[in-house]
Amino acid sequence: MNTRTISGEREFTWKKFFLQWEWMLVLILISIFMMNSSISPYFFNFINIADATMTFLDKAFIVFPMVMIMIMREIDISVGSTVALSSVVMAMLYNAGLPIGLAIAACLLTGALCGFLNGYLIVRYKELSAVIVTLATMILYRGIAYMLLEDQSAGGFPDWFSYFGWGYVGTIPFILVLFVAFAVIFTLILHKTVFGRHIYAIGSNSKASRFSGVKVDRIKLIVFTLAGLTAAITAIFLTSRMGSTRPNVATMYELDVIAMVALGGISTAGGKGKMTGAILAIFIVGYLQFGLGLINIPAQMLLIVIGLLLIISVTVTNLKFKVKKKKTVGHPQQKNVS
Amino acid sequence: MKRFVNLGLLMSLLLVFLAACGSNQPAEGGDGKAKHAVVFKNTGNPYGEKEMEGFKNAIEDLGGEAILRAPDDPSVEDQVKIIEELISQQVDSIAVVANDYDGLEPALKKAMNKGIKVLSLDSAVNGDSRMVHVNQADPEAIGRTQIEAVSEMIDGKGQIAILSATSQASNQNLWIEWMKKELEKPEYKDIELVKVAYGDDLRDKSVSETEALLQSYPDLKAIVAPTTVGIAAAAKVITDKGLIGDVVVTGLGLPSEMAAYIENGATPWMYLWNPLDVGYLAGHASHSLVEGDITGEAGDKFKAGELGEYEIIEGEDGTEILLGDPFRFDKENIEEWKEIY
Repeated sequence: MNTRTISGEREFTWKKFFLQWEWMLVLILISIFMMNSSISPYFFNFINIADATMTFLDKAFIVFPMVMIMIMREIDISVGSTVALSSVVMAMLYNAGLPIGLAIAACLLTGALCGFLNGYLIVRYKELSAVIVTLATMILYRGIAYMLLEDQSAGGFPDWFSYFGWGYVGTIPFILVLFVAFAVIFTLILHKTVFGRHIYAIGSNSKASRFSGVKVDRIKLIVFTLAGLTAAITAIFLTSRMGSTRPNVATMYELDVIAMVALGGISTAGGKGKMTGAILAIFIVGYLQFGLGLINIPAQMLLIVIGLLLIISVTVTNLKFKVKKKKTVGHPQQKNVS
Repeated sequence: MKRFVNLGLLMSLLLVFLAACGSNQPAEGGDGKAKHAVVFKNTGNPYGEKEMEGFKNAIEDLGGEAILRAPDDPSVEDQVKIIEELISQQVDSIAVVANDYDGLEPALKKAMNKGIKVLSLDSAVNGDSRMVHVNQADPEAIGRTQIEAVSEMIDGKGQIAILSATSQASNQNLWIEWMKKELEKPEYKDIELVKVAYGDDLRDKSVSETEALLQSYPDLKAIVAPTTVGIAAAAKVITDKGLIGDVVVTGLGLPSEMAAYIENGATPWMYLWNPLDVGYLAGHASHSLVEGDITGEAGDKFKAGELGEYEIIEGEDGTEILLGDPFRFDKENIEEWKEIY
């Protein structure tokens, strides 16, 4: 009986299944939960564990498209500035007399436009790397935000607007509910659709994909626009949590997001990694911060721990890669019969 | 297999490290002590450290447990996060030195809904998000005094600039408003305020903002920095560039940081209150709120240890406790004060 499938997927074994990086992340997450519960008597109750998600899920929405971007061997470092700009636009339009619903729509539109511009520049000028393009727009978007609001803060939103950042569906924070919905949708898109397959193909070999009829440019444009759109969603939650906004909100968010994606095992070399890894990484970073915060460890300590985790993650994912290569030398891979 | 061993090793290293992080912390909870938290603007600010130390002294004198927190950047996002963590720890009171006047409102309201006593000190939050505010000095006096001082230093004539903290810092903004009002008086008609720059209470940004001011306004006569980080940065730039005597720096500074500049003449004199006392007063106010001795209403009175008795008064937005008048530091007294804070 032939155990190989047509597409060349290897045979499923439990051993392989458990040796995935994602299981490592599950272990880390469990140990963080154990650590948190043992060092703080306040951690392990449902309300705190659920409420904690309100503190770190805002930026997590950007992680989904960022996973896709990094699988395609691109990067977007302008998302933090996109958050700031869409948030400022929303606050300014609302204060200028626009109904809040329209202001929110304008926020989403601004984010999407920012993302679209990134995507357009990257697709149109292929000789420019995504780092340079998004570095430029990172400065540009932040600059526009400063120009609009000039070092001031804007707020005064209606009371119900705080529901986004502080509200509950039953006992579950609203942001967590929305996050789960997004997680399911994006995981399905990446792993179960042609669109997702194409993203992996672009990451493994962009040229070959182009020649085999994958609409590389269109896919990149869509994914970058999604990154901008999710940055606008982050802006809504962030603004709702603070009740007001300033041009300097969400600084360094891009790095937090990229760190979560890298910790999730998405290789910067492209073509590899799973959505579940990044989702686990979001909770690892979030609960680690929350746990250390519960025992009042100073802020710098958190940075050390997260930096260390990242180094481990990058080393381990590379290590895995090397071992695989060695094996290939020992037992040359068989060609697929089909 | 080798990979698995490697993973295991890394994992256990990580666990050991994390366990080490945890074990440094004193065991907490269950000892029945009241827990009072103070949240400063950011870490690495000597003024803030003194303020938190004063808070801690008061709380420990009263037999409570003090929790001192500050984000690494002066941002509202991180202060919201810390407040959420404090709510989860079921502290009895939270005292904040806010990075934004309105931005902490939802977080602090959540805390108050859970029965936590909330007050602000130094840099206020709006009247709806606190029970009382501990004010280091009358904002009007702080603002007007600094303009009087700078006018005397430059003989009432020339361009001046203000180097502030962040553009949202509520206390600085209030003082700057009073400075502008003072400048409207006829005796200051020859003084021109050319710019309000924001150094964000970060040393490097304050230095570069000062350099930018000097470049954009070559005739600048004085820089007023109503923030301890800003004044030290400005005085350092003036000293390094050899501009002592051409451009004077004054404002609010920490004696220990500013002693060198007061001695070399970059800053003829400056003002401040004692941050230890601000924290100490806030500590006593937290304790009295938790004990139910005061509710934060105007007219409430409480004892603040060695500082004596204080009365809560009605402020512009919400109630306040006033510490006292700003204190002048100059060549005569700096020697004695620089050892203290």
